[in-house]
Amino acid sequence: MTSSLERWSPWLVLAAIILVWEVICRAFQISDFIFPAPSAILASLRQYAGPISGHALQTFWTTMAGFALGVAVGVLLGILVGSSRLMYRALYPLMIGFNSTPKAAFVPVLVVWFGIGTVPAILTAFIICFFPITVNVATGLATIEPELEDVLRALGASRMDVLLKVGLPRSLPFFFASLKVAITLAFVGSVVSETVASNEGIGYLMMSAGSQMRMPLVFAGLIVISVMAMAMYVVFAIVERRMTGWATRGMDARA
Amino acid sequence: MSDAFVEVDKVDLAYDEVSGNAIEAVSLSMQEREFIAMVGPSGCGKSTFMKLCSGLRRPSKGQVFVEGRAVSGPLKIVGMAFQNATLLPWRTTLDNVLLPLEIVQPYRASFKREREKYAAKARELLRSVGLEGYEKRFPWELSGGMQQRVSICRALVHEPKLLLLDEPFAALDAFTREELWLVLRDLWNRNRFTVVLVTHDLREATFLADTVYVMSKRPGRILAKRTVDIPRPRELEVTYSDRFAEIVLELREHIGRIRKS
Repeated sequence: MTSSLERWSPWLVLAAIILVWEVICRAFQISDFIFPAPSAILASLRQYAGPISGHALQTFWTTMAGFALGVAVGVLLGILVGSSRLMYRALYPLMIGFNSTPKAAFVPVLVVWFGIGTVPAILTAFIICFFPITVNVATGLATIEPELEDVLRALGASRMDVLLKVGLPRSLPFFFASLKVAITLAFVGSVVSETVASNEGIGYLMMSAGSQMRMPLVFAGLIVISVMAMAMYVVFAIVERRMTGWATRGMDARA
Repeated sequence: MSDAFVEVDKVDLAYDEVSGNAIEAVSLSMQEREFIAMVGPSGCGKSTFMKLCSGLRRPSKGQVFVEGRAVSGPLKIVGMAFQNATLLPWRTTLDNVLLPLEIVQPYRASFKREREKYAAKARELLRSVGLEGYEKRFPWELSGGMQQRVSICRALVHEPKLLLLDEPFAALDAFTREELWLVLRDLWNRNRFTVVLVTHDLREATFLADTVYVMSKRPGRILAKRTVDIPRPRELEVTYSDRFAEIVLELREHIGRIRKS
């Protein structure tokens, strides 16, 4: 009983919010131009289903391309930084500095270099999402028990052996945890770039709808983008549980 | 002395220039199949001594010879186990025990081909420490004592000539600890490798070892060598004999003097 309530609680909260939202909009007769009611947003979603799905697809593949790039670079950089003290010392401050810079500030630069359109969106998604992956992979590698490393090195294990047998499997839970963060960040990156510099994608759709005061359509775009990001989050949460059950099950056993 | 299995000759080791020597002027020799124990206060360089024996560290001064050859790198004939079992949580018990065979030659080259044979060997080893039926379990499903048994099996699976144990039973409760003394005793009886056991527990050292070395505070020096002349095989009852108590007391007095100094 309690557990089924727990299970459905997020949906109940969501339904309650939508209901209150709808009621407030109707009761105070708030104009759709200012704050559209859920019903108006839904109507807009239906009406423009075709164009919205086209733009959504564009945003989706742009994000996934940037994300894939981010995973590749993030993992390689993480391995580099995590397995060598020198690299850690040399690169980490620089990476922190880079990560502290607002990524939206890169968009104009990317536009000058690559023109408006898909490429800056992919690259913005990439630069915003690789950092958490790098940090997590590096952390997983850097926290190998020294005793375990001694055991292996006394047997004549090379650095590569230690990395393959211990380091990488050990950092997998960190890696998958970071994927969940990175995929949502990637959506932020691509949409920000589309808003500023593109003729395609949900970001562009929202921008142009906003400038025409078609607020229900803006909100429809907002909802589409958050549904996509959440869906991808769930996908990676499931992958995480499948791949590294040992990490969380170990915690359950200890608890 | 030249027929000694391990010969440590006036060895100093400093990790860096600032902190000074971790151990100093350490000389000792071990016969093949000897069981020695190192006791001493915390931070006396016992673990440093182990690193020297395994070839993970090279002495700053002096030399370490194993089987007559000066040690210049990882030895591969050693097995190690520590206070933490350091098992890999994503591997089953059996796969944890097999790990060294995936790394050390000559097993490594034939590991894929001969996996079944090696697995049978690992199972036999697990059976001999009382872990039959736990092969497919994961480390977190085992108790601390069981994990430590697995860790010792992992240290022994490639049939090392030298087993290095760094306070392997320190984290266990008293009864489990005594149980594991017997496990280690039986393993040693059967396979007769050479053992260096680093421990804080004087009863443990006396019960298991042929020779007990007492080390001083940092920088660690060897202050005393005590041969344990209690005949083997030893049963737990021997730990309540006068002779046993005498030796433990003697060792305790050494430690007491060190702590006062």
